[in-house]
Amino acid sequence: MEILKMTATELGASIKNGDVTVREALDAYFEKIEKYDTTYHCYNTLCKDEAYDRADEVQKGIDEGKYTSPLAGVPIGIKDNICTKGIKTTCSSKILCNFVPPYNATVIERLEDAGMVVIGKLNMDEFAMGSTTETSATGVTHNPWDINKVPGGSSGGSAAAVSAGLAPIALGSDTGGSIRQPCSFCGIAGLKPTYGAVSRYGLVAYASSLDQIGPIGQTVEDCVNMFSIISGKDEKDGTSMVYPRFSTEDALKGDVKGKKIGIPKDYLGEGIAEDVKNAVLEAAEEFKRLGAEVTMFDMPIVKYAIPAYYIIACAEACSNLSRYDGIKYGYKSDKANNLRDTYIMSRSEGFGMEVKRRIMLGNFVLSSGYYDAYYQKALKAKKLIQESFFEAFDKFDMILGPVAPTTALKIGESLSDPLKMYLGDIYTVMINIAGVPSMSVPCGFDKDNMPIGMQIIGKPFCEAEIMNAAKAFENATDYHTKKPELK
Amino acid sequence: MEWEIVMGLEVHTELSTKTKIFCNCSTQFGGEPNTHVCEICSGMPGTLPLLNKKVVEYAVRTGLATNCTITQYNKFDRKNYFYPDLPKAYQISQLYLPICRNGYIEVDTDDGEKKKIRIHEIHMEEDAGKLIHDEWEDCTLVDYNRCGVPLLEIVSEPDFRSAEEVLQYLERLRAILQYIGASDCKMQEGSLRADINLSVRKKGEEKFGVRTEMKNMNSFKAIQRAIEYESQRQIELLEEGGVVTQETRRWDDNKGISTAMRSKEDAQDYKYFPEPDLPPIEISDEYIENIKNNMPELPQEKKQRYMTELGLPEYDTNILTGSVYLVRLFERTVEVTGNPKDSANWIMGELMKFLNDSQTLPENMSFEFDSLGKIINLVNSGKINRGTGKKVLEKVFTDNVEPEKYIEENNLGAMTDTGAIKSVIEQVIAENEKSVNEYKGGKTQAFQYLIGQSMRALRGKAPAQEVQKILKELLG
Repeated sequence: MEILKMTATELGASIKNGDVTVREALDAYFEKIEKYDTTYHCYNTLCKDEAYDRADEVQKGIDEGKYTSPLAGVPIGIKDNICTKGIKTTCSSKILCNFVPPYNATVIERLEDAGMVVIGKLNMDEFAMGSTTETSATGVTHNPWDINKVPGGSSGGSAAAVSAGLAPIALGSDTGGSIRQPCSFCGIAGLKPTYGAVSRYGLVAYASSLDQIGPIGQTVEDCVNMFSIISGKDEKDGTSMVYPRFSTEDALKGDVKGKKIGIPKDYLGEGIAEDVKNAVLEAAEEFKRLGAEVTMFDMPIVKYAIPAYYIIACAEACSNLSRYDGIKYGYKSDKANNLRDTYIMSRSEGFGMEVKRRIMLGNFVLSSGYYDAYYQKALKAKKLIQESFFEAFDKFDMILGPVAPTTALKIGESLSDPLKMYLGDIYTVMINIAGVPSMSVPCGFDKDNMPIGMQIIGKPFCEAEIMNAAKAFENATDYHTKKPELK
Repeated sequence: MEWEIVMGLEVHTELSTKTKIFCNCSTQFGGEPNTHVCEICSGMPGTLPLLNKKVVEYAVRTGLATNCTITQYNKFDRKNYFYPDLPKAYQISQLYLPICRNGYIEVDTDDGEKKKIRIHEIHMEEDAGKLIHDEWEDCTLVDYNRCGVPLLEIVSEPDFRSAEEVLQYLERLRAILQYIGASDCKMQEGSLRADINLSVRKKGEEKFGVRTEMKNMNSFKAIQRAIEYESQRQIELLEEGGVVTQETRRWDDNKGISTAMRSKEDAQDYKYFPEPDLPPIEISDEYIENIKNNMPELPQEKKQRYMTELGLPEYDTNILTGSVYLVRLFERTVEVTGNPKDSANWIMGELMKFLNDSQTLPENMSFEFDSLGKIINLVNSGKINRGTGKKVLEKVFTDNVEPEKYIEENNLGAMTDTGAIKSVIEQVIAENEKSVNEYKGGKTQAFQYLIGQSMRALRGKAPAQEVQKILKELLG
């Protein structure tokens, strides 16, 4: 089989049994990237030299049995907010345009220990703030299914690269939907793990209490194998937890017989596109055919999700981003001639519109006199949202719903109307607030042949449960096998 | 008109952990700039704090030693402010759920009463870096070595009414922190810093006056002077019909004045919110019990015991227990000599003189603590006389010599051979015919003179009583 047509797991198997070498895999991907990435702009930085430098060691390790992961030898693309030692990590922001971390994120250590090879850093919304990848300082990534449309965001580069076959697999991060929504827009699979399941050490923080790194893959199996590499307690991240038990076998069983699945009615109400709604309802029917019990239920708390999310996320963001001052690292304005101006001008020139908007919003909601009215209330809403998930999980094993109200929008369509963009996050942000895992998988196409995704939401640390359901759906359908035609 | 001074204290103390509060960098004072720094304490993007558990232990110990309630579910919060010495642009601190609350430390008032100074709270936080303003190069440099050194902030209620109370409280707090090993409390190195909130009001009035906050006092003496200056300034202002402005003031110890730094209007909005990178800290009953059971004897307990068990006077015990370093020296000396009274006397008399004369703080004593006991034993057994003992102690104090070795090398041991002493005295008599005659003629001062001459000839090494006896015999 052709290297570029393999899933990451298939490529790993071929490398292991000697049909494909690590170098051949790198050659194939770099060649395709060179051919198409000028058009699609998935990558901010390619690390060809570093990848080839590692190739022989990795090959040797696989041949000698040192690397036993199913993904050993597989090239991987990394979202540009995950720190890579010696390789630029820009967060698609001008303010970090020249930042080269002297350390690796824990996930990078783990995937390198598993014998995977980083091939480049993927485009994203600036500091992961956005749902379209249009806020990137390096320019928008184009959706492989329609070059005039956005890939979603903020992990738009990661999702588009996997969808377009410019990376066999990738890592993204999800603060309010940033893995699931671009996966949905690009017709591939992605997992937002339980908060604390994957170490955040080395992930440049947007909203620390919501951020989580997760896999973006061609299939559920790719995500399962990737998750098994990156998950688990990390001593460097106090909020990471000992993962109770993750069995790739259980996650890939593909059996939902007798499982109870709930669909919140509030996820199919006002604002959702007809095609998306129908695709999700059709998926529900599929689950019934597979032996699951599917029930609709009320989850009125949905209406608080967007305000609570934007208050908490912006509050944390304004604090997390105040360290960028143009002095210690990153972009420094050359117009300033004193300290104060260096701060002001570096930040004014270095941050984009959306980031500035969220910094201001965050400072506002934390200001004395407003804290109780906004931040404190948002924390209360967070508690209510968590409770309503726990209540739902008393009745159901999983919750099913759309990822986004629509399929991918045209480039430029939502940039002029931030509120419209924020409202697009309505189905995803709640999951981050609750801290539960959610898997996005393709479940159809709209009338314009744009992919539609659905998400399967699970109990904390029950990734295997939702991946198993996603796998069952994948086995019964062929949406995941459809590939876009590149231009 | 009679005025009353009202003060509250915010004390910051650097904890004596080996590593920083959120990373593994050394906390050692005085390293080359930016050598105790890593990606975490320099706030590089993507890094996360990891709590040093020893900090929690010291905080709980301090809380228990100051009669606080321990908050068993406590959290960190972020204090946001933009300053070059703070690389993350926020300080991880505790606002909503500090680790200790509602404690007190007792002080003695002027009229001999015991008074409780209430502690509002104690919280854990990280220190900031240090800015070095280089006047010659026209630039400011940042040293991040101190960044992330663990601090406790101990906040009192506004219970102080005099500078003496403030100093007593600080001395006792310092002694407690040193006793429990939480901090070395070296003010010159900034490991104990106090900010003073001060207001004045007419005696008998209920309402507090407008307060100012004073910073930058780095010795007890400076604190005393600053309090005197600031209270006087406020009183004069009010008596002239003026008003006190709520502001932060900086004490200039060289000029002996405080100057306004910033007013309340310029006060920063720190935009505190719960720190999302650190999980809440849960402290179990067993944990607290365990710390309680392993708590060393505290200053007040020690003082009582010294008075009742060892029979030392209160004045001595106050001084001895005022510093853990004096306590350690005292207790070691008692171990070596088995004689608490002599041990206390030597410390109170001779050692304190050396400390005062050389302006040395007890924590900076750098000799072997065994040495004092050895000297006392030598004196008490007549191997050296008291005067020699003092000289040896001085040598021990300045150069950390080993007493016995030093005595031997310098031939300072007492003469025990009566025959040898006798022959030296005979020589003295022979050389001082005039005085001998005067003595025989009834002049008693002449005898004292001859003793002096004999002691000098014996180089002070013979016991005085022996000399007196032999001289009397020889003069018949």
